[in-house]
Order: sequence, then C-alpha cells, then structure tokens
Amino acid sequence: MRVELSSKKLRSDFVKKIAELSGQNLYLCYQCGKCSAGCPMGFAMDILPNQIVRLVQLGLEEDIANSKTVWLCASCLTCTARCPRGVDLSRVMEALRLLTLRKNKNYVEPSKIPPETVADLPQIALVSGFRKLTS
Amino acid sequence: MDLAYYPGCTLKTRAKNFETSALAVMSALGINLVELPRWNCCGTVYSLAEDDLIHHVAAVRNLIRVKEQGKNKVVTLCAFCYNTLKRANLVMKDSPDKRFAINTFMDEEPDYAGEVETVHLLQVLRDDVGWEKIAGRVKHPLKGLKIAGYYGCTLLRPQSVAIDSVERPTILQDLLKALGSTAVDFPFATECCGAFQIVNNRDIITERTSAIFGSAVKNGVEAIAVSCPLCEYNLRQTQSSTKQPQSGVPAMPTLYFTQLMALAFGLDSAVCGFEENSPETRTWLKSKRLIS
Repeated sequence: MRVELSSKKLRSDFVKKIAELSGQNLYLCYQCGKCSAGCPMGFAMDILPNQIVRLVQLGLEEDIANSKTVWLCASCLTCTARCPRGVDLSRVMEALRLLTLRKNKNYVEPSKIPPETVADLPQIALVSGFRKLTS
Repeated sequence: MDLAYYPGCTLKTRAKNFETSALAVMSALGINLVELPRWNCCGTVYSLAEDDLIHHVAAVRNLIRVKEQGKNKVVTLCAFCYNTLKRANLVMKDSPDKRFAINTFMDEEPDYAGEVETVHLLQVLRDDVGWEKIAGRVKHPLKGLKIAGYYGCTLLRPQSVAIDSVERPTILQDLLKALGSTAVDFPFATECCGAFQIVNNRDIITERTSAIFGSAVKNGVEAIAVSCPLCEYNLRQTQSSTKQPQSGVPAMPTLYFTQLMALAFGLDSAVCGFEENSPETRTWLKSKRLIS
C-alpha cells in the first residue's frame, strides 16, 4: 500500500482526538501483531488491528474511514488482554467508531433490521449492538 | 443465606431458563438470591471512551440500589451485566474526577464511591459454597458425559474483572467435575462468539460458531456448558439443524451450567425450561436419560 506521510497529518487533530478519547498512548505500539493474531474477527477485516494502530500513529484518517475494521470489532478484549505494551486497543477502536457516530451517522440502521429478528434477539444483543453501531 | 441478585433484562425474557434453574439450584444449596427492587438495564456494554460518563450512570444506579439494601455485594448471572456493573464500579472507586462528575449528575441519588462488589454466580459457587459441598449435593452424577465449559469474553476480560485466569480458566470445568461429568478443555473455550455482531452480520457469527463447534467436536465434546445468554443465543441460532440448514455448522447440545447443576442435583427438570434450548439439546438429554 502506498502512503503519503506529512508532518501535517502526523500532528493532526485526528491523532490527538483518538489519544484523548481512548486514553491510550498509541506510540507504545511496536507492531508485534499479537492483537491481529488473536483477533476473532481478523479473518473478515480488510485492515488488521495492528495496522489500524499504525495508521492512527501516522494520522491516516481516511484509510481508516474507508475500512470496515472498526465496525467488525466485537469488543471482546482479546487484544487488550494480550498486548505486551499495555495498549488497550478496544478503547482505540471505540474512539474511532465514535468519530463517526458522534456526527450522527449510523453504521447499522435499526429500522432496516427485520422485525422478526428484533423480536427474536436477546436484549443484550440489541442494546450492545445499538450502543456500538448506532449514533 | 440471602444474597442480593441483579437479574438484568435478558434473564427475564430470552434466558428465563437460566434464571429459573439458577434460583432452584441455589435454593437447594441453601442460598436465596433476592432480586433487587427497582433495578434497571445496566447498559449491557461498558463505555470505553474516556469522556463517555453518561453511559456509566445506568450501571451505577443499580449499585446504589444494592447499597440501599444494606448490602455490599451483588450477584449476577448474565456475563454482560457482570462485566458492565463490575467495570463501572471500578470507575467510581478508582477515578475521583469521574466519580465526582457522575455523583453530581445524579443529584437525586445518594453519593456513591464504589462500595458494592459485583460477583458472578460461578464465583459464589467456587468461593462461598465450594466444589466439595456442590459434589456432596449431587444425586445423579453426570458420569461419563464429556462436557466442555465455554467461557466467552466478559467473565474473563479485561484482567481487572476476570473471575479466573484470563487465558487458562478452569472454573467451569471445576464445576463440571464436581457434578461428576468428564470436563473437557478445548482451545476455543475463551474465544469470542461474535457477540452483538449478530444484530447486523449473522454470517460472521456463523463463521465463529462453526469454528467453536468444530474445535469442540475435534476434542470429543458432546455438549457445551455456557454462562452468557448472548453466547447461548449465538451458538443455538447458528446450528445447522435449526435456523441455518445450509451453514454446515455441526449441531451441538448447549446448556447453561445451572441447568446441568439442576439435573445433577435431581431437581424437577421443569425448573430447567429445556423447551427454550435447541431441539438437539433435548434429544441429547433424552438419549442420556437425563430427561424423559
């Protein structure tokens, strides 16, 4: 993948915002890939979790916005439990989702979920799904 | 002994069989789970953003209800509720700024500083009752049955709220052994089932449950014991013989650990609500003469 690096992007508001929202020091990451190796959703992701961290470090906001990765994260915290550098990646994923959701953009439209599915799903699925995937 | 009990929404609707079986087995062990008055939804997931305090309010309100009862401990059955209540309590205990903001926002409630400990029923069974006492209560040992414990995520992660070892838990297997069964460990015991992605992406859940069941079959497992109502739903709903005949996911009996306890204790199987389980679970139970 060809990426363009610039000091403007490296020092952008985006990088600061993610650090602030997640409470994480992303520069601790040394790209060992343990998060991606254990990610149960990794098989379906176009960009792997460790690559997401690298993109955030470099301020490449658009590449992340064009990827489905943060929406596939199930907040299972396997990455968080295993990170040798103590980065809570689940919080980084949440911060990235919130950048979209706080602009009032839904990833999932509740009205498009079939009524019979809604009637069948347990509340913990619905409430947590809407908390994570809708604004 | 009376213990304050927080059921949560799903235990009253989609996982009634978890609640009825748990109340019955605890009563058989001399423990009354006393439902909290005026409980509300815990929020289901702990808020992971630093500035998102509003979503801790629902969980904290429940903890205040516990304190009002003069109790400092609350028991949950639902693994999601356990995680959310426990983590919200850590915020109130360890973070003075956030505690001040939340207490100020909830000015109609008494101030709260993290005094209530949330425990999962499995912890009560291990730490307060003990495996020996449970083994002593067993009337019909589940002898020869190869059952695996499937932990899911929220009882084990993050480390700060884990009820057992994060990577190699044994608490469910220890219980299964106390019930007389052959507890089987398998590599997917702590792997995520996909959780709330079921709302939007059933295929991805099927991929996950297929891997989980596949690993269980490879390890000679004949039934899976679960402790989370969302795991139970995802495992049940993606099996080939039920909703997804084309999925190729093997059918595997899936039960709550409390249902297995009720059977081993020789309680009336009506408390188990097996009609809510999958058809293959009932077929398996019949083939093992555990229900008629």
